[in-house]
Amino acid sequence: MDHHSDNLIEIKDLKYSRGPRVIFEGMNLVIKRGEITALMGPSGTGKTTLLRLITRQLIPQQGTIYVDGVDISTLSITELYQLRQRFGMLFQNGALLTDLSVFENVAFPLREHTKLTNRLIRHVVLTKLHAVGLRGAADMMPAQLSGGMARRVALARAMVMDPDILIYDEPFVGLDPISMGVIVRLVRRMNDALDITSIIVSHDVEEIASVADRSFLISDGKVAASGSPSELRLAESELVRQFMHGMADGPVAFHFKAPDYAEQLLGRDAE
Amino acid sequence: MKKLIRDMYDTGSEFVRTFGAFQLFFLRLLSHTPRILVTRFDLVVNQVFNSGALSLVIIMISGLFVGGVLGLQGYSNLARFNAEDSIGVFAAFGLVKELGPVITALLFAGRAGTALASEIGLMKATDQLSAMEMMAVNPVSRVLVPRFLGGVIAMPFLAAIFSMIGLFGTHLVAVELLSVDVGAFWQQMQMTVDIDDINEGIFKSIVFGILASHIAVWEGYNAIPTAEGVGRATTRTVVITAIAVLVFDFVITAFML
Amino acid sequence: MRQTRAVEVGTGLFVLLGLGALFFLTTQTTGGDDFSADEIYTIEARFENVGSLRSRAPVAMSGVTIGRVTSVTFDTVALEAVVQFVIDARYDQIPDDSDASILTAGILGSQYIGLQAGGSDMYLEDGSEILFTQSAIVLENLIGKFLVSSGSGDEK
Repeated sequence: MDHHSDNLIEIKDLKYSRGPRVIFEGMNLVIKRGEITALMGPSGTGKTTLLRLITRQLIPQQGTIYVDGVDISTLSITELYQLRQRFGMLFQNGALLTDLSVFENVAFPLREHTKLTNRLIRHVVLTKLHAVGLRGAADMMPAQLSGGMARRVALARAMVMDPDILIYDEPFVGLDPISMGVIVRLVRRMNDALDITSIIVSHDVEEIASVADRSFLISDGKVAASGSPSELRLAESELVRQFMHGMADGPVAFHFKAPDYAEQLLGRDAE
Repeated sequence: MKKLIRDMYDTGSEFVRTFGAFQLFFLRLLSHTPRILVTRFDLVVNQVFNSGALSLVIIMISGLFVGGVLGLQGYSNLARFNAEDSIGVFAAFGLVKELGPVITALLFAGRAGTALASEIGLMKATDQLSAMEMMAVNPVSRVLVPRFLGGVIAMPFLAAIFSMIGLFGTHLVAVELLSVDVGAFWQQMQMTVDIDDINEGIFKSIVFGILASHIAVWEGYNAIPTAEGVGRATTRTVVITAIAVLVFDFVITAFML
Repeated sequence: MRQTRAVEVGTGLFVLLGLGALFFLTTQTTGGDDFSADEIYTIEARFENVGSLRSRAPVAMSGVTIGRVTSVTFDTVALEAVVQFVIDARYDQIPDDSDASILTAGILGSQYIGLQAGGSDMYLEDGSEILFTQSAIVLENLIGKFLVSSGSGDEK
């Protein structure tokens, strides 16, 4: 492990397409150790796909991804699984296993990967649940949880193996302001208290601004802009301005491609 | 015309490709089987319960009535030859060799197969399988293999239970209702039915169990992760299992004759 | 890991029930007439046609199973079928001039050997051969005979 490098994850010249659709081309990105990095962009630019590429659930056509200085395409299956254990991932809808209780969901990675006794597992699980404020919900089933609570449980689960990289895939979607505030606070606290690196994929400009150290705006398959949230807000690029200020029309057009309006309406009538 | 040929070629090659993937998937499931049986037997037990014990009600009720119908039909047909006493033989052969394995397999596909497919499809649609992969847990061995094994183990037992209850059903109808001599009923059966017949039935139910479980798990795993996709996977499970079971039944029966 | 006791018990019961069903099927539906005895002696009989008689078929006398067929083979020299069967040693007073016929159990039944007692004072022993035998009735031959006899009856 290369501790000299500040760059925990490096993406170089990434090219990835799904069928005929090119999703990334010439994508370059660096995620620094210990920081909270945000990946932002309009819907459909493939932010989630990027996460999958980093964890090698998907394989790029071209380009390299380095995690801690190691090219992940050179890893064997075992090494890959070990690498994945360093990541903790919070999925968009929590992705809790529906047939297990909250406690069992958080305990899942421990039971699968470690030989800890039941007592120790109980200790760890309850601690993590306490950190997210849900120790009292340990015996509930996922179906009984609200969206915000489910996401917090998923966070506890993502934390349970003490990963050094935490990935949040759209963690703010569909939450009420209070839950959102809770998650934001947790993200910051976890990152600093546990000395880990966090990656947030989101399009929620406001929330990200309050928590990220560095942001990357992804559009058209590559990085359109990067910098701290305040830097981005003052950016001059039209695309960045449209995104950061939530303007309805701009480089990302309002109108989906369609034939000429007058022709379509009047042409029919004229028949 | 050229387009038609092109379409046929595409469909054909797609079919072959899927078929090949299907076989490879089967090998993949098999490769994990020994390890799962040894290290995670608890998961398998859970699934035997889900596929087997929970199917008991429908299997037993169906078995009873199929046996009863065999009694009625068999009696009226055999009566033409004055051979009512052979109703036991008639029912035993019918149940143990054919109806037991086949009908159980079809019912299994309907009850347990669809449950498996929809459960797995739903787990896929809600990212649970992805989450497992991210947590460095192989979803194939953790989720799919136990369910596959649960079905394979449960099927032969279900078929045997079906046949047994079926014979009781026939007994009830023939002996109690139609006054066939109880001694003749069982005696004739015992003199004619052989352990080989039982074995043939068991063999069939094992093969059908493998088919039904594999198809269900495959459809679930490959379902399109939407509500519609999962629904379709469930339907396909029943249809494809039914066809496969009936085709294999024909082949096996022809072979064994 | 939802390994509740209920699930374990349920599965156990299910498997027991399944095994029970298998046991039931193997014992109650097949060869309940399955013959087993502590001591046996072997008898041989030759037939022109054994029909569908096969080994493990019962050997009965007065309707009671007293033995079992052990082998059905063909003698290429004498050109006839050779059937070997065993009889429970308890029944050691079967006259040696008894005859053995191949009968059918019921319409759909399989074939078995029926012994009809003769009048001799000497009894069958281990290795004896039954000399009076009746082959299995082959339906086609029967029909053939019937046709021939009715045909010749019509001729004037």
